[in-house]
Amino acid sequence: MKNSLQEKGMEIVFLVAAVASILAVLLICFFLFVNGIPAIGKIGFLNFLAGIKWAPSDIPPSYGILPMILGSIYITAGAIAFGVPVGLFTAIFMARFCPKGLYKLLKPVIELLAGIPSIVYGFFGLMLMVPLTRQIFGGNGNSILTASILLGIMILPTVIGLSEAALRAVPQSYYEGALALGATHERAVMKVLAPAAKSGILAAIVLGIGRAIGETMAVIMVAGNQARIPDSIINGARTMTANIIIEMGYAADLHREALIATGVVLFIFILLINLIFSVLKRRMA
Amino acid sequence: MKKHTSSTTLNGKDFINKTTFRERSKAYTRRPASFVILLLVSLSTLLTVVVLGFILFHILSNGLPYLKSSLFALNYNSENVSLFPSIITTLYMTALALLVSTPLGIFCSIYLVEYAKRGNKVVELIRLATETLAGIPSIVYGLFGLLFFVTALHWGYSLMAGTFTLAIMILPLIIRSTEEALKSVPETYREASFGLGTGKLRTVFKIALPAAAPGILAGVILAIGRIVGETAALIYTSGTVAQIPGSLLDSGRTMAIHMYALSSEGLHTGQAYATGVVLLIVVLILNTVSSIIAKKIAKV
Repeated sequence: MKNSLQEKGMEIVFLVAAVASILAVLLICFFLFVNGIPAIGKIGFLNFLAGIKWAPSDIPPSYGILPMILGSIYITAGAIAFGVPVGLFTAIFMARFCPKGLYKLLKPVIELLAGIPSIVYGFFGLMLMVPLTRQIFGGNGNSILTASILLGIMILPTVIGLSEAALRAVPQSYYEGALALGATHERAVMKVLAPAAKSGILAAIVLGIGRAIGETMAVIMVAGNQARIPDSIINGARTMTANIIIEMGYAADLHREALIATGVVLFIFILLINLIFSVLKRRMA
Repeated sequence: MKKHTSSTTLNGKDFINKTTFRERSKAYTRRPASFVILLLVSLSTLLTVVVLGFILFHILSNGLPYLKSSLFALNYNSENVSLFPSIITTLYMTALALLVSTPLGIFCSIYLVEYAKRGNKVVELIRLATETLAGIPSIVYGLFGLLFFVTALHWGYSLMAGTFTLAIMILPLIIRSTEEALKSVPETYREASFGLGTGKLRTVFKIALPAAAPGILAGVILAIGRIVGETAALIYTSGTVAQIPGSLLDSGRTMAIHMYALSSEGLHTGQAYATGVVLLIVVLILNTVSSIIAKKIAKV
């Protein structure tokens, strides 16, 4: 009797623990939306999302976050342009070209790349890449280009890890079939294996986009953070994440709420990306 | 699968599917596109490795000269910008966040793997929730921590607010690794235990969990890595005070925040590099330990 009570009791404890993650998601949604949505109402939906001027200290203040949305999109697109080709080719090498001995060395390298804290990446970008970009491309070095390259490096392990897994999941018979038809190893990999792993590779890219758009510390250290519509890739830009972290320390009232609302917009972007990711992952399985 | 080598060896060497260098280069001159692909994948991999090597070299070569004893002085002041208080804060933060998150994550996985029935709606919801949590960027966690723990619960910038924010952040990591580890425990273990008349609860704690321990540990180590490197989620939850926090409600900065503070002040670049070196060493140690554990799992 005592035993069965204990069994039932613990099962309930486990269930409660399991529900904690649902609770956490609900709490996050609730607190972000409750604190952020009213600000969007006060500023005006269009003034907020499509407003091109962010000047919280002006009188009257303007809270348009279009520059930040564009900044996030440009820098993320740049990161994808740099990170995805290199990451994808590296994944192909690791899955299909790499000798076993070399793989044992490469795998920890990729894991280390994933483990380096973003602040270290940011500091590296600030001390080395910013002066370098300034010398090569002009401008002051804090630019969309610098941030894109740095983020491109940072999403490499994400892209490599998932694409490699996707490539390895393709049945060996596909590869053998291609070889039997006279394809070279490279042709078999590029024309048969890679297309077969398409959903997995897409999922990897989408996850990379999520990482890039949500990255904060590395970006604020190299992107310049000017809150205006970016006009050239060697000029600076401010992302949504940067907007929050830079101004949250001293913001008050509507300004603070507008920053939380920026977080809400970022959160919605992330939810969309997550949705696409899980659809792709399901298709892969 | 055993390879049939007897019929394909010549002088003790494999000759089927082996090509000499000359044969291969001939094939590539006939198919230049294939050669281009070979070059592309090799060069990309080389680039990835070189970039990592370059980052490591840059941080280490600039930081190692500043790893002096003054950097580890017991008390922080603007003269020595000591790293020591932030090391202690990082240890506190890691221990506390794991204390909150590990039992919760393990219990959650136990429910998912051992108790929930197939096609259970709650399970699908939980999976959706953990996937969502895993995708949320740290700045959103930081914002949530600021709104909920710091403001709504009136904890202020404190160790506790930072701890709970991080605990939620690492929860999906722990759940996923524990789930995988529990799933890979053979069903026969449990059946044998039930066959001996053991109850479900006892089977879970005495049979399934110990067998899954290495996998769980690997997840915990991954989580430690996340905590140590975290900045954006902590700036507005645990704050940036550079002293050792005296209580759970005091503010304190971890090493990563310390590095950010130093680099944004711009006065102590060398010390910021040195902090980077310490962070890299921690990450290296964690990665090594986790790969040792992974090898152990693979052997079993």
